[in-house]
Amino acid sequence: MFDVIFAALGSLFSGPHLLYLGLGVLMGLCIGIFPGLGGIAGLSLLLPLLYGMDTISALAMLIGLVAVIPTSDTFTSVLMGIPGSSGSQATVLDGFPLAKKGQAARALSAAFTASLFGGLFGALVLTLFVLIARPIILAFGSAELFMLTLLGLSMVAGLAGKSLIKGLCACGLGLLFGTMGGAPATGEFRLSFDVDYLMDGIPLVVMGLGIFALPEIVDLLRRNTSISEATPLGGGWITGVRDMIRHKWLALRCAALGCIVGALPGLGGSVVDWIAYGHAVQTTKSKGGFGKGEIRGVIAPEASNNAKEGGAMIPTLLFGIPGSGSMAIFLGGMILIGLEPGPNMVSSNLDVTYTIIWSLALANVLGAGACLLLSGWVSRLTTIPYALMAPFMIMVICFAAFQATRSLGDLVALLAVGVLGIFLKRFGWPRPAFLIGFVLASGMENYLYQALQFNGWSFITKPGVLIIAVLLLVSVVIAVRQVARLSHQSDADAAVKGGQVSLKGRLPQVAFTLGIGAFFSYGLFDAFQVMPLARVFPAGISLTMLVLVGVMLVRQLRGKVSDPILQDMEQDENVALPVGFYHYLLWLTGLVLGCYLVGYVIAMTLFFVAFLLIRAHASLSSTLTLTACGMGFLTLLAHLMVLNLPSGLLQQVVDLPWPLG
Amino acid sequence: MKRTIYAFSTSLLLVAGFGPAPQALSSDVDFSGERIEWLVPFREGGGTDTWARFFAPRLSEALPGQPTLIIRNVPGGGSINGANQFDTRGKNNGQEIFGSTASTLFYAMLGDRRASYQPQDWVPVFATPTGGVLYLSSDLGIDSAAELAELGKQELIFPSLGPTSLDLVPLLAMEMLHLNVRPVFGMDRSAGRLAFERGEVNVDYQTSAPYLKNVTPLVEEGSAVPIMSWGVLGEDGSLQRDPSFPDLPHFAEVYEMIHGEAPQGQAFEVWKTFFIAGFAAQKMLFLQEGTPQEIVDTYRKAAIDISAQPDFQEQASVAIGDYDQILGDNVDTAFEMIFSLSEDDTQWIQNWLAENYDVKF
Repeated sequence: MFDVIFAALGSLFSGPHLLYLGLGVLMGLCIGIFPGLGGIAGLSLLLPLLYGMDTISALAMLIGLVAVIPTSDTFTSVLMGIPGSSGSQATVLDGFPLAKKGQAARALSAAFTASLFGGLFGALVLTLFVLIARPIILAFGSAELFMLTLLGLSMVAGLAGKSLIKGLCACGLGLLFGTMGGAPATGEFRLSFDVDYLMDGIPLVVMGLGIFALPEIVDLLRRNTSISEATPLGGGWITGVRDMIRHKWLALRCAALGCIVGALPGLGGSVVDWIAYGHAVQTTKSKGGFGKGEIRGVIAPEASNNAKEGGAMIPTLLFGIPGSGSMAIFLGGMILIGLEPGPNMVSSNLDVTYTIIWSLALANVLGAGACLLLSGWVSRLTTIPYALMAPFMIMVICFAAFQATRSLGDLVALLAVGVLGIFLKRFGWPRPAFLIGFVLASGMENYLYQALQFNGWSFITKPGVLIIAVLLLVSVVIAVRQVARLSHQSDADAAVKGGQVSLKGRLPQVAFTLGIGAFFSYGLFDAFQVMPLARVFPAGISLTMLVLVGVMLVRQLRGKVSDPILQDMEQDENVALPVGFYHYLLWLTGLVLGCYLVGYVIAMTLFFVAFLLIRAHASLSSTLTLTACGMGFLTLLAHLMVLNLPSGLLQQVVDLPWPLG
Repeated sequence: MKRTIYAFSTSLLLVAGFGPAPQALSSDVDFSGERIEWLVPFREGGGTDTWARFFAPRLSEALPGQPTLIIRNVPGGGSINGANQFDTRGKNNGQEIFGSTASTLFYAMLGDRRASYQPQDWVPVFATPTGGVLYLSSDLGIDSAAELAELGKQELIFPSLGPTSLDLVPLLAMEMLHLNVRPVFGMDRSAGRLAFERGEVNVDYQTSAPYLKNVTPLVEEGSAVPIMSWGVLGEDGSLQRDPSFPDLPHFAEVYEMIHGEAPQGQAFEVWKTFFIAGFAAQKMLFLQEGTPQEIVDTYRKAAIDISAQPDFQEQASVAIGDYDQILGDNVDTAFEMIFSLSEDDTQWIQNWLAENYDVKF
């Protein structure tokens, strides 16, 4: 075995292979920095280049790109609060608050060091594990996978914040959203409102951007400052490396989690960061800092999402079953260069497998190194007045959302989800809980249905299921204790504050809760339009949630002001802001409406000019320069990626040249 | 029942070894400096995308003027979004082409209301066939298709994506063999294979390439028993043994083993039509309706040239499977057979799906 391992290293270092690896890394860096693109877009850019390349060079380039994206996608997550890809959504929770405190460089370097560690750990695990992984992967059947989704869901309690019931309602809302589209058992469309777009469900990219990024953008615009509230920037990159070393055991545990989740086909890579984040919250004694800039909340997801790639290679190579979207393209790339994955990857093609592993390790070192060098410099972006950056941010997230299905529907969905996200934020419904519910819903329903079909209810007695059940119990006990402690704390806080919230003051949040209740009622109604097999899951969620929403309503109407269930940021801290709550929502609505009328490119150009002149008070010349830069970059990217940007009614009437038409 | 399926069968040349008819050279078509967009109705990665990306650089070289050929992925709705877009927006100047797969045609054949496209109006360029093999768990105690009747009412658990997916072909086949099948839906082929290896299901099928790579080892170690292939279409339009699996009986043979007579009648004809769309001509390259004949001929000649390249077969065997492409005028024959379903046939299959699997149309 060792001779094969080192022979593979030798062949990687011979000829131009390293050059291609570097090229892949470079591309991965550029693409990862751009939010929403991630591995899928990057690999699809590489695929046309593979024709005629030799096997090792092509593999090195593909791996270089795959390995570095979970590292470089951290930039926007930390600096702008925009999840760089679905694998770094959890990084936003604490990374962005750190950037707001002026500690972007610290957060970034901690994240990159954690990424490096996770990536190398993943490669190491892959080296040893790939030979014996087959039976272990086969031990996880539908029943075990269902239990794992439950375990993931138990993290919700840890992320619920002060009010468990609110956390559960947010999670239930996410679960119900997750059932949108075709039911796994019958293929019937649920909650589709007869809209074609909704028949595939809302894409995760759109969900992540709408729930996290849009509310942050609107919030920052209303505050009308730069991202960083502190000048000069503190917390250099050395601090971040030290942070990582101090929390090495956390990083190790999260890297291991990342490998395991990545290696299990069917669970999907997008839950990894959340599970790691939940683990960090559960294992930290003083939880008050999470969500406000706790460095552990950055290290945990970053260590796990890089380790995940090593894990996800295992089912891809051994079974030809991709564990994630980017692995699906990687698999396509392998087939195009004449490699077909299967059991032979650990016998006759073992040298190829070890070439892949070495490339993975090397790419992680190169990628993390480059990102570290950049971090101090890039973090200065956080000192730019936000009104100048906002149109770029909005352009970028619209473009990213548009990657989901490449239709105008993505933009409409982004706006709708964004509005939901803004309200969730305003009324203190924990958004991570919502997103975990959304991510896990389809797996939960699907695996439960399959487990019941395969084993009947006796699946509960399978040994693997019992082991996970014990873990689940431990996780729930920890979480419940923690919520109790937190709400105790906030009781004490509120008692100091005192005062009363008038009924009028409570009205907005009561109305929102009523609206959510109405949605659950509709979910229940909709569930009875489909066959029983497709009904059970959404109906069960809706019923449970209607009860919880009822309890919430009573407490919101009657509760004392100290009740953590009461929260309305417009009443508490945002009263003094110069711009109203709905102001920027109207801007965004205008943009989407403009896209519908005149197409994306024209509408975005107009938006840029209007926004910079009116909101950022920029001069005409700098407005035009910035607009030209933004649109030039966008069209270049669209050209490279062979995209038709959404066209509007105008384009249906008049035939305009690309990119306008 | 009006049926056109046999009208074309005498000229059928769908299987290996029969060269396509020579075509008239069209010299005035030139794509120099042009950009051709190949619309793939799926996300990057996966079967149809890989198939298109395998052909794209070769097609670019083989077309006169060596145009730039790019793949544009329009995912969503299981290929419905992309097909609708091609149907409404595609130009007929040969610069926008479309790669379809089984489900693209199935949706149209079954009358899915989301599918507003009219594939019968498109012009096929070539088609890539694949085969499929049905295999059972060795726990069932069956060694070959001849012993299938011994299963009796024993329940076969079958992982399937859905009754209107490609799995329609095996589901209908197994019903015609009177097997007691209980499908578990929501599982694609690779999830199904994994479930088979875990012992959660006891019957499964795979298309040829993944079968050879991933199921053959299971057969060798004795946990899987191959039962039959779906077969390939012979020159007389009848089912023949799949050249990749010469030792396995094809579906019609197995039918005869069970029923004592060759398959015939509406069910079999409908099955065969879906079999052609799903396997025998699974992936097709299309030009837009109304494309001028010289452009069609240029494309068809390019496809013939590609598959005549010396290393083509070897490279193709890994990437897209080991079958001969359906080229030249033969693709018309296959295409017409696919769209030979009468109203009565469509009604029949819709009823069958509604009764057995509660599919709503």
